[in-house]
Amino acid sequence: MGFSKDQLLSQLQELEIDYSKYEHPPVLTVEEQAKYVSSSEGALSKNLFFKDKKHRYYIISAVVDTKVDIKVLSQRLGLGKGGIRMAPEEALAELLQVSLGCVTPFAVVNESARDVSLLLDQKFKNQTRFIFHPLSNDVSISLSTSGLDKFLQSIGRDPVYVDLEANANPVVGKDQPPDLAVYVPSNSVVVPELPNKTPSAQAPPKNVSAEKTKPVASPKPSKSTGNVKSVVQNSGLSVFKNPDKFVEEILDKTSALLLSEVKGENVEALAETLRKRLTSEFTHLAVMYKNIAYSEGFYAGTQCQPKRQTIIVKTE
Amino acid sequence: MDVDKKDSIASDSSEQVVNPWEVAAKDGGKIDYDKLIDQFGCQRLDDSLIDRVQRLTSRQPHVFLRRGVFFAHRDFNEVLDAYERGDKFYLYTGRGPSSEALHLGHLIPFMFTKYLQEAFKVPLVIQLTDDEKCMWKNLSVEESQRLARENAKDIIACGFDVTKTFIFSDFDYVGGAFYKNMVKVAKCVTLNKAMGIFGFSGEDHIGKLSFPPVQACLSVPAVPSFPSSFPHLFPGKDKLRCLIPCAIDQDPYFRMTRDVAPRLGYSKPALIESSFFPALQASLHAFKLLSILFILFSQGENGKMSASDPNSAIYVTDTAKEIKNKINRYAFSGGQDSIEKHREIGANLEVDIPVKYLSFFLDDDTELEHIKKEYGEGRMLTGEVKKRLTEVLTEMVERHRMARAAVTDEMVDAFMAVRPLPSMFE
Repeated sequence: MGFSKDQLLSQLQELEIDYSKYEHPPVLTVEEQAKYVSSSEGALSKNLFFKDKKHRYYIISAVVDTKVDIKVLSQRLGLGKGGIRMAPEEALAELLQVSLGCVTPFAVVNESARDVSLLLDQKFKNQTRFIFHPLSNDVSISLSTSGLDKFLQSIGRDPVYVDLEANANPVVGKDQPPDLAVYVPSNSVVVPELPNKTPSAQAPPKNVSAEKTKPVASPKPSKSTGNVKSVVQNSGLSVFKNPDKFVEEILDKTSALLLSEVKGENVEALAETLRKRLTSEFTHLAVMYKNIAYSEGFYAGTQCQPKRQTIIVKTE
Repeated sequence: MDVDKKDSIASDSSEQVVNPWEVAAKDGGKIDYDKLIDQFGCQRLDDSLIDRVQRLTSRQPHVFLRRGVFFAHRDFNEVLDAYERGDKFYLYTGRGPSSEALHLGHLIPFMFTKYLQEAFKVPLVIQLTDDEKCMWKNLSVEESQRLARENAKDIIACGFDVTKTFIFSDFDYVGGAFYKNMVKVAKCVTLNKAMGIFGFSGEDHIGKLSFPPVQACLSVPAVPSFPSSFPHLFPGKDKLRCLIPCAIDQDPYFRMTRDVAPRLGYSKPALIESSFFPALQASLHAFKLLSILFILFSQGENGKMSASDPNSAIYVTDTAKEIKNKINRYAFSGGQDSIEKHREIGANLEVDIPVKYLSFFLDDDTELEHIKKEYGEGRMLTGEVKKRLTEVLTEMVERHRMARAAVTDEMVDAFMAVRPLPSMFE
């Protein structure tokens, strides 16, 4: 079981980190939270949980009115334009051990979140205090940047502050490496773990940028556990062999295009809805397509004539 | 040989009866599934198991699990334990191809099995018991083989992956390793046991028992549960586990199989069991059986809800108009007689067929809850519920029809070819 809010709060007290606690009915959105916790107590934060194609996860914690552009973020991380999307609910439960509407920087206290990259809005440094959920969405706490930093350092993490609105039109190339690439985790995470996944060579996933990567800013304890494995998918072949992966690839590209053509926060939600509603339909179509292709090949095989032998006749 | 078919007129029964030949509720009411689980000795599929399935497969559990359609099991948790350790399993299901007309109830086990195949990434064998139908239903060999192939097309249209699925008909496949297992099983079943399962008594003449099909029928559900019956698929994997989705009235047959398995050195097959799919006019007392794998003794077909009464079910060949008509005219409604009364008391959700059907086929949990609430409290009318159901079913049938049209004879041949499946666990 993950850290509970009480364990977290007592840890904060032990570290002599000053915070104020506000209890309220469970809230799922920032708007609801705002009803119960006024901004005089601190700046409300929005907390987003992302995943990239190589199963690496990111928490982005920002001041509510900071614009977080997924596409830009993806490029700055060196993942291309459609490289990241909202992480699925299962990942929330498995890695962060929190419920919906409860993403918070404090979730990295859990062992399971060891490989999750945490990026904090630069703007937090301008405020005196800011507000997060302490692992439960029926409580909010406000504390200072230095308090949060102290906590993160106590669990072995270097706090990373990033200007989320800078570099709105990133140009990524050989001479301009993606500026946030260094924060991409070096380990990917499979949620939930299944034994016997495609047994290809276990190489650490590389960043897309051409440059060599600097060591990742947040140090992680390097013990290996049985629980979370790093797996590099043998993606080349399985995308075409496996209807699920095939459909995922199609929807990834579609979402990426949609996000790049249309702006707005609703667009991300729309992309997710499309993905949810279309996955099952498309998979059905893909299976039929695969079956037909196989059957045609199979039939051809039954009609196949054996290879003719070429006989070389020596002529005198 | 209809020796064991009891006419399923059960409205006066004081106890509920569930066995492969007869399904009847107590006093013509509802089937008590909890009692059934106790009586049979299987286990309930509870929420913790469903959560576990969700975690292991990293996808939402199938609607039939969420709504309790598949509600009982034997050893499913052990299968999951093994799966977590990396020991896979294979699926086994089947159909007795007695008619060309398939209705939605027939599709249910296949829809669920398809989900299991996709979610767990495991292979599947599907048995078409054409030989048995040939004997019991007095069809010619050619006709039963033809029906088997026609049914195979509808089964394939449910979306099974050809690289992980082997469909076989008894007439084509029985022999070799399969037959050897049949004989092994037959040697393990005593006369007493056979009499117990088939309900013979000492008074029945020996012709009944010596009639070869009976022995075959005893083996038929058992043999495909053993991986050694398929040497082209599972060479050297004699201990591979088998999971069988079926309707709960088939439990007695598989109890026998589970009894025999360890004596032959095989793993006991695990079961995951479903409840019954009601006919449109549920006012009739007996419930139509889910045409599960193999209805070894023809019944549903001859009971009051029969496949021969086209208005008791929605067929995969029905047009949108026919579906709408059937739902509107024949689906038993739990709504009140007048609008005023309905708005006051609300609908009786216990007996309402449209809501029951929606609980099977409407994937969206939130929408279903909303409908139940509004309809149950009288704000939504029967007409609206029926309209929504018609939409859902029409979409489903249309999707099936499109997929069915894409199934060629070559595809059936491919699915039924005795070939290895190298990607079966991918």
